[in-house]
Amino acid sequence: MPTDSMIQAEGLKKRFGRTVALAGIDLEVPAGAILGMLGPNGAGKTTAVRILTTLAIPDGGRARVAGFDVVTQASQVRRNIGVTAQDATLDEMLTGRQNLVMIGRLSGLHRAEARERARGLLEQFDLADAGDRVMKGYSGGMRRRLDLAAGLVTHPPVLFLDEPTTGLDPTSRVRMWGIIRELVADGVTLLLTTQYLDEADELADRIVVIDHGRVIASGTATELKTRIGGARLEVTLNTPDPRAVGTLEPFVEGAIQVSHDGRRLRAPVRSGDGLATTIVRALDAAGMTVDDVVLHQPSLDDVFFALTGHPMSESTDGGVPGTGSSAEEMEAVLP
Amino acid sequence: MTVTTRLSPPAGRSRGHRLVRQLSNVAVLTERNLVHISREPLQLSDVTIQPVLFTALFVYVFGAGVVLPHGGTYASFAIAGMLALNLTTSAMGTAVGLSNDLNGGIIDRFRSLPMWRPAVLVGRSVTDLLTAVLCAFFVCMTGLLVGWRPESGVGSTIAGLAIFLFFSYSLSWGCACLGIVSKGPESAQGIGLVVLFPLAVVSNALVPTERMPTVLRAVADWNPISAVTAACRQLFANPNPSATVQSWPMQHAIVTSLLWSAGMLAVFAPLAAHLFARRTRG
Repeated sequence: MPTDSMIQAEGLKKRFGRTVALAGIDLEVPAGAILGMLGPNGAGKTTAVRILTTLAIPDGGRARVAGFDVVTQASQVRRNIGVTAQDATLDEMLTGRQNLVMIGRLSGLHRAEARERARGLLEQFDLADAGDRVMKGYSGGMRRRLDLAAGLVTHPPVLFLDEPTTGLDPTSRVRMWGIIRELVADGVTLLLTTQYLDEADELADRIVVIDHGRVIASGTATELKTRIGGARLEVTLNTPDPRAVGTLEPFVEGAIQVSHDGRRLRAPVRSGDGLATTIVRALDAAGMTVDDVVLHQPSLDDVFFALTGHPMSESTDGGVPGTGSSAEEMEAVLP
Repeated sequence: MTVTTRLSPPAGRSRGHRLVRQLSNVAVLTERNLVHISREPLQLSDVTIQPVLFTALFVYVFGAGVVLPHGGTYASFAIAGMLALNLTTSAMGTAVGLSNDLNGGIIDRFRSLPMWRPAVLVGRSVTDLLTAVLCAFFVCMTGLLVGWRPESGVGSTIAGLAIFLFFSYSLSWGCACLGIVSKGPESAQGIGLVVLFPLAVVSNALVPTERMPTVLRAVADWNPISAVTAACRQLFANPNPSATVQSWPMQHAIVTSLLWSAGMLAVFAPLAAHLFARRTRG
């Protein structure tokens, strides 16, 4: 393996009973780089992170982190990683400071070192005032910051962040992004999982898109966007009309998705001057009444649709049902 | 590549160094458990309020009806039994505490740290030994108030208490196994109660075994809790009707109780470590 590769995985496989969580995943993260792992709930992101952080053992394949094998050299791996898991992995009954000191001491720091480190981290993560309050009373954003701080206690060269901003309000999210960017400026190697395309775009050097335990695409954000195409059009008609697909066809690039009730249509488009006006006029001229028209940047649904040709589906492995993806009830009509 | 020059915590090189780290891990986790208790002191009710309540209730309610075969007051008979009852039921705290840890996210945090994992178990058992001491203290204090007196010397009295604490510590490793295999704290507590409560009652702890039906009596005479209780009564020089029972464990109560405790520890501690490793392997 190249000497400067801090995370490397080959053909990682993992199944839980009859559910295949990982169907053979390859990853490569050079030192100091950020890899964004993008995928829906249950795609296998968390399983991959758990294997790379020694919390789960792969059924097949190999992985090395910081040069150590995650199975046979697990304790060396643990000395070189920081982990921020998706679920809170801190002690609710302790204060923020007590949590950080405990982690420092369990990691082998002396009491005084651990205290000093906790003080520094609380300061750095804007938790100095809340540091002596019991964690139970922390807001979602504060918990995530403390969780991230906990992963940094021993200055690990490799960091894993599993959905660091899921469930956060927009302000806390942007703040978290700022913190993550600072870490990376320090030269840390980072693997970050996310359900949000904009987050991967914002933070990662390279992105791998994962679905059903497989890497279905990888590249830089720009490369992926080029593959996915430009803006997304969403039209809602007053009454369903079979001619709508034909009318939209000249303006779209790729497949048009139609909702089951036939009223909503979605498609990738190349945005240009007055596109919305043009489309509304065309539909109007064909005798259709338009209730709503939206043009927006591609979402994760769109990424999936563009890459796989099928809408993003909820997988069985720990997926949260009904995350509001309207693609679920859509079916594709290829023009 | 600058990143590899970053500080990483020192690896345990020598055996002595490793032992120091293991003990330090245990101390840190024991401290954590004590902080939990300080936040919710009511979770100590089973080793504070319960022993006071049980001791007073049993002495006044049973004491009115039970006539000891060889004389003596029920209060002086009952305190060793109260120690047995309370220390046995409070050993379940280990199962509940461990189950809470295993079902929360914190265990993943521990697992991703370069720590000695069994420290989670040992730290829990040390915490429970400390609460058992508290429990014994409350039983004895209540006992003194209701008329119990240790009739032997200080050394023997302390030896009697030590026999109980050793038994309670060994039993807590059995409860640790239960906590690890159970689905959650509630089921751990439920199963623990179903096993431990009858064990504590079908013994010589609350009443002399002589008038029990034959089968129950055989169970009671070979019950480890009876051995521990009889050993304690012997060391306290309190009324000990079991001394006249013609069964080996009752004739050699101190040896039997020590054998039970050592045996349970020898079986349950490695079993708990094994179950814990298996459950946290991934």
